[in-house]
Amino acid sequence: MDAIVEQFPPYREREAHAAHDGHAHHEPGFWRGCVFSTDHKVIGIQYGFTALCFLLFGFFLMLMMRWQIAHPGQPVPVLGPLLEKMLGPTQAPKGAISAELYNSFGAMHGTIMIFLGVVPLAFAAFGNYVVPLMIGAPDMAFPRVNMASYQAYVLGGIVMLVSFFIPGGAAQAGWTSYSPLATSIPTDGQVFWLIGMILLITSSLLGAVNFIATIIQLRAPGMTWLRLPFFVWAQFVTAFLLLLAFPPLEAAGIMQLMDRVAHTSFFLPTGLAAGGQLAHVSGGGSPLLWQHLFWFLGHPEVYVLILPAMGIVCEIIANNTRKPIWGYKSLVYSTLSIGFLSFIVWAHHMYLTGMGTKIATFFQATTLAISIPSVIILTCLLISLWGGSIRFNTPMLFCLAFLPMFGIGGLTGLPLGLAPADIYLHDTYYVIAHFHYVVAPGTIFALFAGIYYWLPKMTGRRMNEFWGRVHFWGSFIFMNVVFMPMFAQGMEGMLRRMADGGANYSAARVPGVPDTLPNDIMALHTWILWGAMCLGLAQIPFIINLFWSLKHGEETHSDNPWQATTLDWQTPTPPPHGNFAQVPRVYRGPYEYSVPGHDTDFTPQNEPEIAKPAAPRISTPAH
Amino acid sequence: MDIPYTVEARPDTGVYNAKVGIWLFLSSEVMLFGALFSAYVLIRVGTPAGEWPHGWQNLTLGTLNTVVLALSAITTLMAWVACKIRQFGKFQFFHGCTLLLGLTFLCIKMVEYHQHLNHYEIHLTDGRIADGDMLQNNPKQDYVVIKGRYAAYEEDLYDLRAQKNLKETEIKIPRSQIKDMQSYGPWHNDYLALYFTLTGLHALHILGGSIVIGYLWGPGRRLWKTDPERFTNRVEVSGLFWHFVDLVWIFLFPVLYLT
Ligand code: HEM
Ligand SMILES: [Cu+2]
Repeated sequence: MDAIVEQFPPYREREAHAAHDGHAHHEPGFWRGCVFSTDHKVIGIQYGFTALCFLLFGFFLMLMMRWQIAHPGQPVPVLGPLLEKMLGPTQAPKGAISAELYNSFGAMHGTIMIFLGVVPLAFAAFGNYVVPLMIGAPDMAFPRVNMASYQAYVLGGIVMLVSFFIPGGAAQAGWTSYSPLATSIPTDGQVFWLIGMILLITSSLLGAVNFIATIIQLRAPGMTWLRLPFFVWAQFVTAFLLLLAFPPLEAAGIMQLMDRVAHTSFFLPTGLAAGGQLAHVSGGGSPLLWQHLFWFLGHPEVYVLILPAMGIVCEIIANNTRKPIWGYKSLVYSTLSIGFLSFIVWAHHMYLTGMGTKIATFFQATTLAISIPSVIILTCLLISLWGGSIRFNTPMLFCLAFLPMFGIGGLTGLPLGLAPADIYLHDTYYVIAHFHYVVAPGTIFALFAGIYYWLPKMTGRRMNEFWGRVHFWGSFIFMNVVFMPMFAQGMEGMLRRMADGGANYSAARVPGVPDTLPNDIMALHTWILWGAMCLGLAQIPFIINLFWSLKHGEETHSDNPWQATTLDWQTPTPPPHGNFAQVPRVYRGPYEYSVPGHDTDFTPQNEPEIAKPAAPRISTPAH
Repeated sequence: MDIPYTVEARPDTGVYNAKVGIWLFLSSEVMLFGALFSAYVLIRVGTPAGEWPHGWQNLTLGTLNTVVLALSAITTLMAWVACKIRQFGKFQFFHGCTLLLGLTFLCIKMVEYHQHLNHYEIHLTDGRIADGDMLQNNPKQDYVVIKGRYAAYEEDLYDLRAQKNLKETEIKIPRSQIKDMQSYGPWHNDYLALYFTLTGLHALHILGGSIVIGYLWGPGRRLWKTDPERFTNRVEVSGLFWHFVDLVWIFLFPVLYLT
C-alpha cells in the first residue's frame, strides 16, 4: 500500500507557488474574514454558533410546551405576557398557549432541533472545522460552495423563524408534516415551512457534495482510506446519507408546495373533507406517498443525527483511554453497512398504515438487521475502554455517558421495529422517549464532548473543568429525569402531540371509564416539567463557561494539549488560513497510542518512521 | 497551501475536484427526479381504470423539443472537444448553439404551457360539458367563447387518442349557464399536476444550465486566456450537467407525452 502512496506528487509546485505570492500569510478583514468567509474553520464556527442558538431556542419552545402539558390552559409564567404581545391574543390568550400554538411549537421544536440544530452542529460545524484538518487538507474542496451552504442554512432558518409571526402562525402539522393535515390547516406557516426546508435541503446538499469531494480528493499524501480517523469515516457516510436521502424529501416538499400554492392534489385523496366540508380539490392523490417520501429521508436522517456523534465519541475515547480503538475496521464496515441499510428500513415508521404482513415482514427484518452494525459500533467503543487508564476529563465524561444513553435509546428501538409491538406503541410517548434517548443524551452529549474537546484547538484555551463537570452531572441527571418517565407514560398508552397532555383521557377527568390514563402517570408531567427546568439551569454553566473561556480560559501552551495522534492537533493553534505550514505526510493509522517502545504514549500520524534501533530498548531477560 | 487538484487530476482517483463534485451533485439529482417519477408511478397506478388522460399533449411540439435537446447534447460535446483541441473559435460557435437551443426549448415549453392554461373545461347548468380553447373571456362581457366541443360525460374527455378528428367549433356560452369553469392547469387533475411539476422542474434545470453556459460563453470566457485547462474543465462540468438534464427529458417525454 505504501508503494501507491509514494506516487503522490508531493505538491512541490504548489508549495512554491504559495510561498511566492505570500497567499498563506494573507489575513482577510472583518467582512471577508468573519461574515462572508470561505475558510472552512470560520464557516465551521459560524455553523456551530448559529446551531447552538437554534438549539437554545428549540429548548425554550420545549419548556413552554412542557408547561402547557403539565398545566393545560394556564398562563405561561414569565414568558406568557411576552408571548401574548408577540404572537397576539388568538395564539396566546392571556399568556396561555392555545392548542394551535401548541401544535406550532411542537412542529417547530422538532424541525428546529433536527434541521437547524443538531444536523448543522454535528455535521456542518464539526465536519467543517475538523475534517479538513484531520485529513491534512488546506480547506474544503469548494470553499465558495461551502459559504453558499452556510448562507442557505441561515436563510432557511430565518424563513422558519419569520413564520411564527405571520397571521395563523407557524406550521402546525408536526416535523413530519403529514398530508392532508399539513395541506388543510389554514395557516401559511406550512408554506414557510416548505420553503424553509427547501433552503435547508439545498444547504445540506451543497455541504454533502463538498464533504465527499474533500475526503476523496484532498487527503494528504499517505492518508489512505484505512488510515482515516473514524470521525472522518462517520462524516463521509453521513454526507452520502444527506446527499441521497434528502432529494426525495425535496421532491415531496415541492409537491406539497404545489398542493398548497397551485392547488394540485398530489397528496389529497378523492373525497377529502376538511372542516366539515368537501375540499374543493381534484383529488386522486395519495397521502401515503408523502409518508413514504418523508420517511425515505426520515430514517437516514436519524443516522445523520447519530453517526457524527459516534465519530466524535470514538476520537475522544481513543484519546482518553490512551490506547488504540478496539476494532477500527469493524467500526468502518459497520458504518458503511448502516449507510446502505438505512435506505431500506423507512417503512418501520408506517406499520400502522396497513401495509400488509408481507411488506411489514421485510421492513421488520431490515430494521433488526440495521441494529446489528449499531450494536457492533457500541460494543467496539465499550471494549475500547477495557484496560485503559482512563483520563476522566469533561469531554470523556460526556462520551462515557453517551454509551449507556445511546444503548437505552437503541434497545428501546427494537420493540418499535417489530410491528406487533409497534402497533401498540406507535404515536405514544414511548416513541418520544426512544428517539430522545438517542438524540438528546446521545447525540447532544457527544456534541458537548466535541465542544469541550476541540475548543482548545480553536482558541488555544481550555474550558473550565469544574464547571464542565457541573454541566455534565446536571445534564446527565436531568436528561434522565425528563425522558425516563416518558417510557412509562407511553406504555400506559399516552399519545404524543396532545395539546392538553392527555388530560381529556385521564382518570381524573372521566372517572369510571376503562383504560384512561391513571393519576400517577399524569402526575409524571409535573416531574418532567421540573426536570426540564433544571436541565435548562444545568446549561447555564456551559454557556458562561464557553464565552468566558474564549478570553479567560486556561491557556494550553501547546498545539496538542490532549496529546492526540490525529492531524487536527498537529497544526498551529488556532490553525491559520491554509491550515498547515507544509503539506503533512501521513505514515500510520489514526490511533497509535501507547505504542510499545515509543518515548511518548502517542505517535502522531505524521511523525516519520524512525529507523528501528538494532537492539530492543528494554532488554528482555534471556531465556 | 493552496487547494490541490482544482485543475489537474489526482493520480489515485484520476479526476479533478469539480468532476467529483458534479457527479455527486448529479447523483442527488437522480434521487430528486427518481422520487418524482416514483410519485408518478404511484399516482398513475392508483388512478381508477380509464381515468388516466391520453393524448393531451401537443406531440409535434414535444417531438420538436426532443430534437432540440438531442441537438444540444451534440453541440455541448463538440464545444468541449473544441476546448480540448484548443480551438476557441469553434468552442464559441458550438457553445452559442447550445445556448440558443436551450432557449428555444424554453420558448417552446412556454407555448405548450400557454396552450394548456388556455384550455378550459366548462360545466354547464344543464349538465353538459364544454371543452376547448378559450377565445374570449372578458369579465365585462356576460359570455365566453371557446373553440371546442360538447361532451356528455367527463369520461369522454380522458382518452383523446382515438378522437383525432373531433369537430371543433366556436361555442358561445352565456356566463349564467356556467356552473364551473376550470383551465387545464396543474390543479385540474393529477396528470396535469405531474406534468407541470415535472416539466417545470426540468425547465428550471434548463434555465439554470443555460445561465451557466451563457456565463461561460460570455463573461466567463476571460479564463480561457489565463488558464485554458481550467476553463476546459468548467466546460466539461457544465456539459455533464447539461447531458443529465437532456437525459431527464428522454424519460419525461415518453412518460408524459407518449403513454
Ligand atoms: C438502533 C436501532 C433503532 C431501531 C430498531 C429504531 C426503530 C425505530 C422505529 C421502529 C421507530 C418508529 C416508531 C413509531 O413511530 O411507531 C422509530 C422512531 C424514531 N427513531 Fe428510532 N430506531 C433505532 C435507532 C434510532 C437512532 C440511532 C435514532 C436517532 C439518532 C432514532 C431516531 C428516531 C426518531 C427521531 C424517531 C421518531 C420519528 C417520529 O415519529 O417523529 N432511532 N425508531
Ligand atoms: Cu427509522
